[in-house]
This record gives sequence, C-alpha cells and structure tokens, in this order.
Amino acid sequence: MTLRSLLGRLLNILVTLFGVAVVVFVVIRVAPGNPIAMMLPPGASEADIDRLRALYGLDKSLVEQFVIWLGGILRGDFGTSISLRQDVLGVVLGRLPATLELAFAALVIAVVLGFALAILGTRRRQSATEGAIDLWNGITLSIPDFLWGLLFILVLGVAIPLFPVSGRISPRIDIDYVTNFYLFESILRFDGAVLRDLLAHMALPAIALGLPLSAVIAQVLKQSLKEVMGLDYVMLARANGFGEFAVIWREAMRNAMLPTLTLVGVQFTFLIGGTVIIEKLFSYEGLGNLAIDAVINRDLPLIQGIVLLFSVLFIAINIVVDLAYAALNPRLRHG
Amino acid sequence: MTLTRRALMGYGIAGLGFGALGLPNGARAQSGELTIAYNVNLPSFDPTVGPSAVNPTIQGIYQSVFDQYINQEPDLSFTGGLITEWGWTDDNTRIRMVVRDGVKWHDGSDFTAEDVVWSLERAGAADTGNPIQFVWSKIGNFAIDGNVITADVIEFEPTLFKWMGFLTGYVLPKAYYEKVGAEGFEAAPIGTGPYMVDKFERNAYLRLKANPDYWGGAPAFDTVTLKFVTDASSRVAEIESGASDITLEIPYEEYDRLTAKDGLEGVTTPVSDIGMIFLNDIEVMTDKNVRLAAAHAIDKSLIVDRLLSGYGVPIDTLQTPEYAAYDASIKVPYDPEKAKELLAASGYGPDNPVKFTIQTTRGFKPKDYEMIQAIVGLWRRVGIEAEIEVYEIAKHYELRAADQLAPAAFYNWGNSVGDPATSTGFAMFGPSPHSVWDTPDLIEKIAPLWGEANEEARIAGWKEVDKYIAEEGYVIPLIQYVQPIVHRTGLSVTPNVSGALHPYQVKPA
Repeated sequence: MTLRSLLGRLLNILVTLFGVAVVVFVVIRVAPGNPIAMMLPPGASEADIDRLRALYGLDKSLVEQFVIWLGGILRGDFGTSISLRQDVLGVVLGRLPATLELAFAALVIAVVLGFALAILGTRRRQSATEGAIDLWNGITLSIPDFLWGLLFILVLGVAIPLFPVSGRISPRIDIDYVTNFYLFESILRFDGAVLRDLLAHMALPAIALGLPLSAVIAQVLKQSLKEVMGLDYVMLARANGFGEFAVIWREAMRNAMLPTLTLVGVQFTFLIGGTVIIEKLFSYEGLGNLAIDAVINRDLPLIQGIVLLFSVLFIAINIVVDLAYAALNPRLRHG
Repeated sequence: MTLTRRALMGYGIAGLGFGALGLPNGARAQSGELTIAYNVNLPSFDPTVGPSAVNPTIQGIYQSVFDQYINQEPDLSFTGGLITEWGWTDDNTRIRMVVRDGVKWHDGSDFTAEDVVWSLERAGAADTGNPIQFVWSKIGNFAIDGNVITADVIEFEPTLFKWMGFLTGYVLPKAYYEKVGAEGFEAAPIGTGPYMVDKFERNAYLRLKANPDYWGGAPAFDTVTLKFVTDASSRVAEIESGASDITLEIPYEEYDRLTAKDGLEGVTTPVSDIGMIFLNDIEVMTDKNVRLAAAHAIDKSLIVDRLLSGYGVPIDTLQTPEYAAYDASIKVPYDPEKAKELLAASGYGPDNPVKFTIQTTRGFKPKDYEMIQAIVGLWRRVGIEAEIEVYEIAKHYELRAADQLAPAAFYNWGNSVGDPATSTGFAMFGPSPHSVWDTPDLIEKIAPLWGEANEEARIAGWKEVDKYIAEEGYVIPLIQYVQPIVHRTGLSVTPNVSGALHPYQVKPA
C-alpha cells in the first residue's frame, strides 16, 4: 500500500466518522422522546425542567451542542452518561470486550461449522448428504438468531437445564482480572474454572448468533469449491494421486475461500449488530445490552458514544478484511 | 448405519464438551443464599440523582442498601426509618425530627444527625441534580441539638414527610461521600440498610451481603444476588430452570402456568400502579357528553377478566383502595345505553360516530395495546370511532410535557406514596407538566389544596375533586395493576403495594 493510498484511506475514514457523528447526533435529537421528559418527577415545574435541561447541556442550540460534543471527542471526552452518570468512553470501552468476545466466539462457531459443512457437502456432492446439508442450511438461515436463542433457552436452559440462561459469568465467581477480556485473560492465566464458567454462559448466545452465519458461509464456500474443483490445477492434483479431502483442503480451498472471506468480514459486522438482541435475551452484559438501555432512557451522550464506537469497529473490521484479502490474493498483493 | 471409530470419537468429544460446559442449573440455591431475577437494571447507585432516582421499581434495590428518612411499609403506611419522630410546629413554620440512635454505616462509622442534615441540604441544592429538588428546597436553616433536628419551612408542603419515604428520600453518608466523591461512591457505595454491596457488575448482577448489625434486625439471607434480567421470557426461564429463587413482573399466563408446577409458588398483589386514559381538552373532548360516553362505554371488568386473566382491579378514580383519598362511593359504571344517550344528545351515534385519536404504548405495560384495542371495540358499539396511534413511552412523556397528547392517550400512573397530591394532583392540575387537562374550573378546585395544612380538610378536598372529575369525565381511570411474583417453595415473600420487591422482606418459610 503506497503512502498516497494510505493517506487517502485515512481521509476516507475520518470523513466517514464525521458523517456518522453528524447523522447520529441529528437523528437521536429528531427522534421522539427527550431525556428530560423521561426523568420528570411528578410535580416538576417549568423551572425544574429548565434547570434539568441546563444541567445536561440541552438548553443550547443543536449546533452549539454538536460543536461542544465534537470538541470533547477530539480531546477524548465523549461526555457523561445521563442515566449512568459516568464517563461515556469508559463505560463503552468497559463493555466492548464482552461483545467482542461473544461475537468472536460466534464467528469461530460459524466458520468451523460453515467450513465443515461446505467441505462435507463438496465431498459428498449430489448425494443425500449434500441434500441434508442444504436443508439444514435453509433451516438455520430462515430462523433468526433471537428465535434460536429462545429455542436454546427453552431446551438447553429449562427443559434440560445444562446451560445458564443469563449473564456473562456466575455471580458467585470473583475475578480480579486486568482487562475486561475475561475469556482471553482466563486462557492466558490458565484459569480453568473461570474459563469453563465463561464458556458455559457464552455457549447458547454464541451458537444462536453463529448458526445463521454458518449457513451463509457453508453455502457460499460450497458453491465456490464446486467451481474451483472443476479447474485444471485441481484436476492435476487429483491426477497426482491426492485424496479428495487433500485436494479440497490444500488445492481448492485457497482460491475458493476468497469470496467467503469478504462475506465473513461483512457478516461479522452484522453479527456484532446482532448481539444487541441476543445480549438482551440472555442478559449478557455487553455493548448491545447497554445500547438498548441507552435508547430506552434516551441517554443521548451514551447512544452517540456507542454508535461512534460501532462505526470505528466496523471500519477496523473492513480494514482487517481488506488486508487478509490482499494477503490471500496475489493479484492484489502485487498491485 | 455403521458407527465408525472416527464418528465415535466425534460424539465422544461433543459429549465431553457439553458435559464440561453444561452446568446443572436446577437446585442451585444454597443455604443462606437468595437469587432474584429482577426486572430492571440498576443504572446508578446514588438514589438521589439522575433518572433512576425516580424509577419506582428500582427503589427496592436502593432500600436494600440505604435507609430512608421515614420507612414505607408494604401496605404504604409510614413508620420510623432513620428518623423516628417527625412533625410540624403548630403554625407550620418549622419542622422537628428525631434521629435514630445506635445506627452504623456499612463502614462501621456512626450514623449521626449531621448525615440527615447534609442529605437534606444536598437534595435541596439546585446543582446536585436531584429531580425532587422542588420539594426538598422547601425547608432550610437546619439546626442540630443532639438527636433532634429542626428546620425552617420556606414553603409549606403538606406531603413533605411522605416524600421522606418516597423517591430520593434517602440518607447518604456525609463523611464518606465527601471523602470518596461522587465517582468513589458509585464504585463503592455504603448505606445503613439491611444489605451491603459486595459486588456490582453493571447490567448483569448485584451481589449483596447481609448487614448483621442492621438496626431493624439481621437479614434472613447471608447473600442476595439480584440478576438484572429485563426480558420477561428470560425471567420465566430463570425461575423455571431453578437458576433464580424469585422473579416478578412476568405475563399472567406464565404466572398461572409456573405456579401450577411443583416446587414453585406465587403471590399476586394489587400495586400502586394504575392504567388510565388521559383526555386532552382539545377537539371533541371539549364536549362533556363525548367524554362521559367514552367512560361509560368501557366494561373494565370484562377487560380484566379477558385480557389480564383476572389480575386487575377496576377503578373509577385515580385513587386505589390503598390511597389516602380513596372514595368507594365515586362510581362511573359500565352503561352502554347511557353512553349512547349522551352521544345522541351531541348528535352522534353508531351511524354518525364521533371520531378521535387514542395513543397507546405497545408492550410497555401488560396488554396495554390489547386493552386499547378492546376499548376501541366497545366504543365502536356506542358510536365512537377511535383511531389507535402507537407510540413509545419516551414519546408519551415528551408529548405530555408539551401538552400535545392526542384527545385520548393511555398511560400508567404510579403513586407509591399514596397521596392524592401525587395522583389526582399532578395528573390533573393544569399547570403541572404531567397534566393535559387545563380547564380553569379544575385548576381553581385543585389550587387551594396544595397548601392546605389541615390534613382532614385536605383529603376531603381531594375526594371532592375526584368526584367532580368523575362527573365531568376529565379522565378515564381503568384498572389497578396486579403484580405477579413467583418464588420457589420454601420462601415467604412479602409483596409491597408500591411494587418494589424488597429482598429484606423475603424469609425462609
């Protein structure tokens, strides 16, 4: 990547973030409901309303509020949450690890399951197995993640109570970790008890999130594999005596996975968005749950902070996908 | 089907994985522990500032950690809290309070009269963000003499002492708060309440441990965990799987299903939360016949039976039977023939219906939208054609504060202080930002009651106002809600009419 293209990319990111900042700022102020009306006690007078508006800086014009907010962001100050009365950036960054870990776990499940189904379907193409895989993919795709979540709660949480149905970690467990990346830190610390508890809490929401994505991956990858399997170099590998699995995994996969990689990158951003409902359903203490509460409470600074952080996250994911794509595709790597 | 070695290994690994991760959820309750699947989050720990300070449901959590100046009992009556005696001087120019002896903060320091004065002064200061500041600022010039506090009355507020057992009426630790500051207090709050904060994971759970020196007697459980499970179906799963011992605010159908199961019991109580239809003095609602016809056309008992599984109490004023100004003689009966007559007198009927919009939330309260659908159906029979407009609760607050509600708007009004001033008063007094009925006749009737010093005359006055409102049809009270609580067998749960679930009031059966 040249310096010019790097600067161009950077400028693009800044413009995108500014656009997001403007849109989110305006939209949540135009949207019905204002935070002061939400907290008005019985008996409040006009003077009380004015006092509260001034206290939260809502007495200023929209432009003034935006300039103050933007100026604060440039200084690293995202404002104070109205409902939590805490620094927005601290709250949002504190909750981000839970969501990232959940989304990452869902992605791993989706990729492993999707790849396995795609490879199996390719190996057993035009057989009953492929038909069964297509049927399974159709089912998992047509049922939204929150319905999977409800189903898992009823079956694996209530009927056969194998897994906890709410929270990220058991209230009984005391941990004193340095970061909020509990899962990764418990692995690094070889803290088996905490890891087991975290995985148990994460299992149902992660599978619910990952299932629909696994179907998308399986279908796209299987289609790509089928196309690649007919190419000359794959035929040559087969003629050289490689087994079918080795042909798929070593020869066909590298080319076939390029479109899947792009898809996974795009879907990962949707997956993070999907955590909002799943986190609510499982009372999982991530960013999605926080976002719902922020919207219900009309906590303007918090909503703004969450949306902006989501934007940064999506941009970062796109960059990672682009880099991975370039690394796998020699034509892009060499310009 | 042939079971290959590879497949067997696969099943084995999958089984081990499930076995390793899956935990038996049932029967987890340990002796001395109580887990409650709570229906709300706890956004902030300071019970005197911010939006959570005026959220009635959260008060049960606050009251576990902090004490109020005056205690409110489960039946809404008031008893001694951190002040044991209170009252006005004969001329209502001063108040006198006696502070409870022998109380300790959770850090072991002594609770003093200074804590009370500091808390009241802080609550009354305009810059601290106390939403009830307009009440607390009506007293000042505090003086302490031993355990006795006196203060000047700046403006007479008859409900002042009721507010001391209501929203933001909490005593906070002066010395500790000044030492750690607002952020330090949020991180490690202390109070004088029956439970001490052990661990708080925002949006996840609050773990409390018993305060063995609590002045009201040691709590029954060593540890109480409040899981914040805001989704009703998840709360049902929590109690049904055995992961929680108690939950509340679940659909009535689920309540009936769960309490029929072995190992689970339940309790239902009418709470201080009512469903009502605000009428705005605009468009057709300026016609008394239309208003009264709309009221008489609603069969509230039918709605309670059919939509709320029988869990609800029909009401005819904004007072419930537990409130100080409840008057059972005020009736607005279901009478569709009378409704038709009233409409006919104004030139309306089934062939020429009167038309207006009714706003409602959907899913904010149990069967809110369905209730309005049913009411619209009943109205149609007598000659009222109402168009339903669904909005979010935040929109309702905004419109109501701006006096821009539709001619009719469904809402639920909470009044756990039980005083008519905080029900009929704030909901129907035109200048209040919560009222949308602004006619001078009603303002003139209500205005003198705000400062009425004679309690008997004050309550009688509010009853008169309620009677007048019913006769004029200025509002349509619908039902008093019933709160369902499900708990495992072996527990004794005392429900509160306020709707707040107090862990301290849960004991082993």
